[in-house]
Amino acid sequence: MDDMVRVFCVGVGGQGVLLASRLIGETALLEGLRVSMSEVHGMAQRGGVVETSVVLGKRYSPVLSDGEADIMLAFEPLEALRGISRCHSESVIVVNSVPIPPFTVTQGGQVYPEIEEIEKHLKDLVSKTFMLDALRLARDAGSERSLNVVMVGIVAGMGCLPLKKDSFFQTIKKLLPPNLVEVNIKSFDLGYVVGRELTR
Amino acid sequence: MRELITAGKGERLFLLGNEAIVRGALESSVAFVSAYPGTPSSEIIDTFYELRKEAGLRVEYAVNEKVSVETAAAAAISGIRSLVAMKHVGLNVAADAFMTLAYVGVRAGMVIVSADDPSLHSSQNEQDNRFYARMALVPLLEPATPQEAYSMTKAAFKLSEKFSVPCLLRTTTRVSHARGVVMFESKPAEIKPATGLFEKDPMKYVVVPMVGRQLRLKLLDKWKAMEEESSGSELNFVEGDGSWGIVTSGVSYLYVLDALEELELIGKVKVAKLGMTSPFPSGFIGGFLEEINKLLVVEELEPYIEEHVRGVAHEVGWKGVVCGKDVIPRAFELNVPIVKRAIARFFDVNVGEKKIFAVPELPARPPNLCPGCPHRATYYSVKKVFGDDAIYPTDIGCYTLGLLPPLKMADFLICMGSSVSTAGGFSVVQDKPVVAFIGDSTFFHAGIPGLINAVANDHRILLVVLDNSTTAMTGHQPHPGVSMTKEGRCEPKVPLENVIGACRVKKLEVVNPLNVRRAIKTFEVLRQELIDEPGVYVVVSRSPCPLLERRVTRKKQMVYFVVDDSCDGCGRCIDELACPAFVREDGLVSINRLLCIGCTVCAQICDSIKPVKIKKK
Repeated sequence: MDDMVRVFCVGVGGQGVLLASRLIGETALLEGLRVSMSEVHGMAQRGGVVETSVVLGKRYSPVLSDGEADIMLAFEPLEALRGISRCHSESVIVVNSVPIPPFTVTQGGQVYPEIEEIEKHLKDLVSKTFMLDALRLARDAGSERSLNVVMVGIVAGMGCLPLKKDSFFQTIKKLLPPNLVEVNIKSFDLGYVVGRELTR
Repeated sequence: MRELITAGKGERLFLLGNEAIVRGALESSVAFVSAYPGTPSSEIIDTFYELRKEAGLRVEYAVNEKVSVETAAAAAISGIRSLVAMKHVGLNVAADAFMTLAYVGVRAGMVIVSADDPSLHSSQNEQDNRFYARMALVPLLEPATPQEAYSMTKAAFKLSEKFSVPCLLRTTTRVSHARGVVMFESKPAEIKPATGLFEKDPMKYVVVPMVGRQLRLKLLDKWKAMEEESSGSELNFVEGDGSWGIVTSGVSYLYVLDALEELELIGKVKVAKLGMTSPFPSGFIGGFLEEINKLLVVEELEPYIEEHVRGVAHEVGWKGVVCGKDVIPRAFELNVPIVKRAIARFFDVNVGEKKIFAVPELPARPPNLCPGCPHRATYYSVKKVFGDDAIYPTDIGCYTLGLLPPLKMADFLICMGSSVSTAGGFSVVQDKPVVAFIGDSTFFHAGIPGLINAVANDHRILLVVLDNSTTAMTGHQPHPGVSMTKEGRCEPKVPLENVIGACRVKKLEVVNPLNVRRAIKTFEVLRQELIDEPGVYVVVSRSPCPLLERRVTRKKQMVYFVVDDSCDGCGRCIDELACPAFVREDGLVSINRLLCIGCTVCAQICDSIKPVKIKKK
């Protein structure tokens, strides 16, 4: 099962987690790889946690359990920490550093951990943890809403996915309405460049 | 999703299990589809609805699951292939129709999709609907992947037609909401507009006792034939080798394969994968048992297969060891680690335990009513008037989230429509005021009989219909009373007021919950009237779901709200309204500009909250 890559995506409703995972999945199909994916729908628009798994290669279960994620794409720092049980010591973790405090924090008096603390906690367990302001990259590309595509661009640029850049572009053109293609290609590219630098 | 129609033979798409079912049905010449939405089944009806014109299908959003089965039954008996889809608990609603439709049978293929929800991701229970097939005496197929969801839908139509009974296709969340590569075996059929032919034959179709007796005997004959079919079905197959055996079905099959791979047992264990589990393939399993001496049954939820297997083992005098729910949990979903540990334990092989990172204690992120949700405003007003003393039976929809603190406006819930009827029950067995909440779509689905019952039995309740003009929770599907669909504004076909008025309630009021003062006034008057003249009172609290309204009207936000310097940090806005846009920091409250949708409610309850106009660009 050496050629298997299991990606766990996690974020908050509205961040485009589902589309990010589909982007990886459809690109894998385009390249003729075995791929499956699992989503949990239902509460996505109501501020809850959204989780998906994308599994490339020789593996049957579309769902990831504890210790099974080779890559964790976390769109939000708190959710990255909550997702740590899915990872193992050799995982690669990419975290968007911009927090979205839940109402239990903004109103309920619970404490949101310091971002640096979160990063340290993740890094102590998983050395290949990379935290960065991906929302800024999306803004630079022209739309905060393309955060999801930036995130996929980063892991693709890091060389963690056995998928070609051109294939991602084709999938972006296929999945997104024509007026959003340009900004998303730009977002993917920005993420890709940053990802490549991270692994240098 | 046009590709579901246009993609040809041999093409491959990355599909949700639910989308794969749609394609399988299109290839099977389905011409009539009806459903009430419910997670995890909703994408089936939504996809059909989107494709209906191009595919030439009759697609209906039904008022509830029972109605969907009954309408489709008429199609099926008129020679039109049909499909209905529902969440597992939807089949409870449809059970009356379903059980006797099995007696009457069908003249064209009819597939009933039951999407079960182990682990209760978005349901009130995790019942195992495989028992429904056994109880109704109909065939049951259990796909494991989107590819199988596609091919088994086609098989289900064939079985239904072969035995002229409806066929149950049972998915679970991890099949319906899995995405996988699906390769198509053929093209979608050219579908002709649904013109059926109903031939009168009351001695077959009108189930009075004397007809029912005949049909019951006929069904038992069919059942025998189906048993043979099941044992010879290609949907049940054996892989691997050795004297150890595993029987499994559905998504558990995938967990078994991965677990065997990790335990380096692949090929060393015989795996019987069951696709057709009703009638139970006893002959097939009898043959399988002869080849092994130890058997593990891996299935989610109830020991449905296990009990059948034990029966077969007893009958054929098998001397081996069977194990199932002794090592496989009965509650909640399975996964690879659970199955791996069970296999290792039962067959006594080594399992290398991985170290799992512990998750520190973190602030939770539960789902919540959206900023600007009109339900929150209704709850605020009702609570102002009735306080914590009243009993608040509630119902199924976004508004159930009102159970969370600080609103805490939900006291009792069992199923769709239970708000009204249980409220009536509470009102006669105890003395506190009873205020029930039900959504507009849920009211049409199952609330109307409860309301009529309350009036007829002189119950003493206030029913608040939370009318946001859509079925919001499942993805904004329409219902008979909507004034807005994803496609635009429309006139309600069955206005709520007309239905409620016709139930002869004591009084019906319509309020806009976003006008807080008037809403409170209305509830105050009604509270007194409930005491002075006990009876059934109804308020329709009407304001469209902002998520849908923004999408339909494309109306730009004109205003947002801020907290000015006069805020003394009393926190009443958070303690009583708790809109997620509020932020409490260092004893003061502010409003998150990105979350505020300008609903105005908070500014009506606190003078320190002021509007800011949004300048046009």
